[in-house]
Amino acid sequence: MSFKKKLSAGAILVASAMAQNPTPPVPAAATPAEPPARRVRPQAYPTRPPADPAALARGRALYGVHCNFCHGSDARGGEGGPNLLRSQLVLSDRSGETIAPVVQNGRPDQGMPKFPMTLAQISDIAAYIHSFKVGGYDISRMVPLSILVGDAKSGAETFRSKCGSCHSVTGDLKGIGARITDAKTLQNNFLMPGVGGGFGGPQRPVLTHVPPTTVTVTLPSGEKVEGVLGRIDDFVVTLRQTDGVTRSIRRDGDTPKVEIHDPLQPHKDLLPTYTDKEIHDLTAYLVTVK
Amino acid sequence: MRTLKHFLAAGAFCLLPAMAPGQALDPALLTKPLGDAWPTYSGDYSGKRYSSLQQINAGNVKTMTLAWMSKFTAGPGTDSGARRGRFSPAPLIVGGEGTAEAGAGTFSGGTNIRASILQVNGILYLSTPDNAWAADARDGHELWHYFWKTKGGTHIGNRGLGMWGNWLYMETPDDFLVCLDAATGKERWHKQIADFNLQYFSTMAPIVIGNHILIGTGNDLDEPGYVQSRDPETGEVQWTWYSVPTKKGDLGLETWGSLDGARHGAGNVWIPGSYDPETHLYIFGTGNPSPAYTNPPSRAGDNLYTCSIVAVNVDTGKMAWYYQFNPHDTHDWDSTETPILVDGNFNGKPRKMVVHADRNGYFYTLDRLTGEHLVTNKFSIAANWAKGLNDKGQPVRDPAKDSTVPGSLVSPNNGGAANWPPPAYSPDTGLFYVPAAETYAMYYLTETDPRGAMGLGGKDEVGLASSGYVTAIDYKTGKVAWRHRYPGTAGGLGNGMLTTAGKLLFTGDAGGNLVAYNAANGNIVWHSHIGQVSNAPETYMLDGHQYILVAAGDSLFAFTLY
Repeated sequence: MSFKKKLSAGAILVASAMAQNPTPPVPAAATPAEPPARRVRPQAYPTRPPADPAALARGRALYGVHCNFCHGSDARGGEGGPNLLRSQLVLSDRSGETIAPVVQNGRPDQGMPKFPMTLAQISDIAAYIHSFKVGGYDISRMVPLSILVGDAKSGAETFRSKCGSCHSVTGDLKGIGARITDAKTLQNNFLMPGVGGGFGGPQRPVLTHVPPTTVTVTLPSGEKVEGVLGRIDDFVVTLRQTDGVTRSIRRDGDTPKVEIHDPLQPHKDLLPTYTDKEIHDLTAYLVTVK
Repeated sequence: MRTLKHFLAAGAFCLLPAMAPGQALDPALLTKPLGDAWPTYSGDYSGKRYSSLQQINAGNVKTMTLAWMSKFTAGPGTDSGARRGRFSPAPLIVGGEGTAEAGAGTFSGGTNIRASILQVNGILYLSTPDNAWAADARDGHELWHYFWKTKGGTHIGNRGLGMWGNWLYMETPDDFLVCLDAATGKERWHKQIADFNLQYFSTMAPIVIGNHILIGTGNDLDEPGYVQSRDPETGEVQWTWYSVPTKKGDLGLETWGSLDGARHGAGNVWIPGSYDPETHLYIFGTGNPSPAYTNPPSRAGDNLYTCSIVAVNVDTGKMAWYYQFNPHDTHDWDSTETPILVDGNFNGKPRKMVVHADRNGYFYTLDRLTGEHLVTNKFSIAANWAKGLNDKGQPVRDPAKDSTVPGSLVSPNNGGAANWPPPAYSPDTGLFYVPAAETYAMYYLTETDPRGAMGLGGKDEVGLASSGYVTAIDYKTGKVAWRHRYPGTAGGLGNGMLTTAGKLLFTGDAGGNLVAYNAANGNIVWHSHIGQVSNAPETYMLDGHQYILVAAGDSLFAFTLY
């Protein structure tokens, strides 16, 4: 325990010393953007040119032998050694020049031994460490994990009490578990039909049909204007009538009377009532409705 | 001690550079009630965004009309509307250490003015990431345009410029503080304020107090947040206050699992705070801890001073008090929203307070001399992530509402119940106004590695429902006095607030309207559809006319009475 703390502290001392001696920053390379379907942040930070594959292979081997145990196979920290990817020292390093003194001298007081390696070897190790992506959002690390932890039997009960007044697994939801095979997509779609992707995760297909929101406007004359809601704010409501004509109507406080018919309102009303267990149970149940 | 402080502050105001007459900012303006000018981020130091102007008021606002609109084009191009036509073009000054021209569209989808705009001596100073402009406050025409060639960085927004005498200060996404001559737009110097290699990015509006330029930065990796004071003449560092412990013996280290965890614990300060001239305390909010959504042993504990309000002596950089709004945050709910200084009655006695509506859905009132907790109340009806309040008035996080593998239904979503769009407070109504949202999202944990993710990683969030409100809160109880929902089936936060002695509240709604509300009851009294409002409205007085100024994307709109 104290070994771990000491080692971390040592790494930090080195980092702050090195930070006084900044290396020239690398211009942001024009890397191809992530596919637009994935809502990740622009890669606007220093990216490193791909390393020589031979150097990378040498570096990987050396890292595996000497560094892996303490700093982890992915350089995000291991038995006692800190995460190297977010280390201020490593982020400021170009090709081993700031890493070398630490490797060659070690931090004996902090438990890090010295490694009698050449600058060329350390440069190879640096190339390997720098080959990891450095960032928060990292789709490649998102392992598909099973979200199925619920109890299908309880889920059937929950379905009857929360969903049964509008939906039926032998009617509109017949075969829903076969139609939507990804459990997470299924879960999102029973909570709020039509939702697509995640923020920080992959976009998922929209697999449920949601009827449009409609609106009824009662004019002072008593005439009712109805149609599909286009847009509404406090001043104008716009709708498309069944004859295809779009109408835009001025609003002034409560005049004219505007009633919005949101097909998703029952789903919105349910949100404050769910426990997470009910959601997980419902999911476990609905995947069985093949 | 006290006398020495006062002496220092008085001295600071004498150190101003030689000023071009009529152009320079008189620092005395900064401590006066907000009126004719708008010399700093919130108008004045209190953060209230309450103007004493009342030429435009609840009785006559119905006749308020457009005075001018003016379009600005970010980037190095020369197609700005103001540069076309028969008048001589406004000068373009280019600076920067990078090679990229992150103009309109490159990072952020076009010119989008989210900044607070300064109005000093009839000139407006505005900014977007990498760009600063001066424009005539009488008709909006461009006087000069400064463009910074960037090295990169997150170009999410620029919150505005700071002004000291004749000099302007701007932060850039690639972490420089740039000092410009307000008269010409020419660069005086630029200084690195954070390490771009560590993935810092800088958006904050510099705040000028005496001879201190206060700055902050952002970071979405795991690097420590800080507030720094710089010398206005040289740009050199005067002091640095870190949001997290950075070495053994630092206060708050016991609230982290390890020093390495604390050193990589974030708490970035990316929105300006407020300043109390009587106590010399700069009072600001700090950002979320990092990694944001995962709970590695290295960040076990409350994670001081993330998600906190902190009072730092502006002369020394030493912390006087703090209060943590959100111990051990797990949803990236920054507490950087501008705190507002309120002088008023509390339990029947006059009290100096500071109030804050947090991204986490709770409203807080504190004593600003001591940090003593007075009020916590949930202003978001839907917020469901806490089990209740502890004896310090802090919400107690329910770990079951962290991101989980099978999914947690949480309110609010990551965007929060409130966010950076500035709130306002009116001493006339005693109400605090904040753009608010009621939201639900599923938070899925995608990183089960016990070491946690880095930065904002490890979470997949699916938004389920959202609605936006103008919310008015009584600071004495934290209770919602009234709220106005933006109509429709969806919608999120509107933009920032302005309130005036004319008994009005101005803000941009979710439908692209600038709207004036009766500040007492939320009734709508005026509106104009100008496109999606992108900053908080402001007001100023010039040539005997009061103007209401607001940005919508790439354009400024000014309204007045004739």
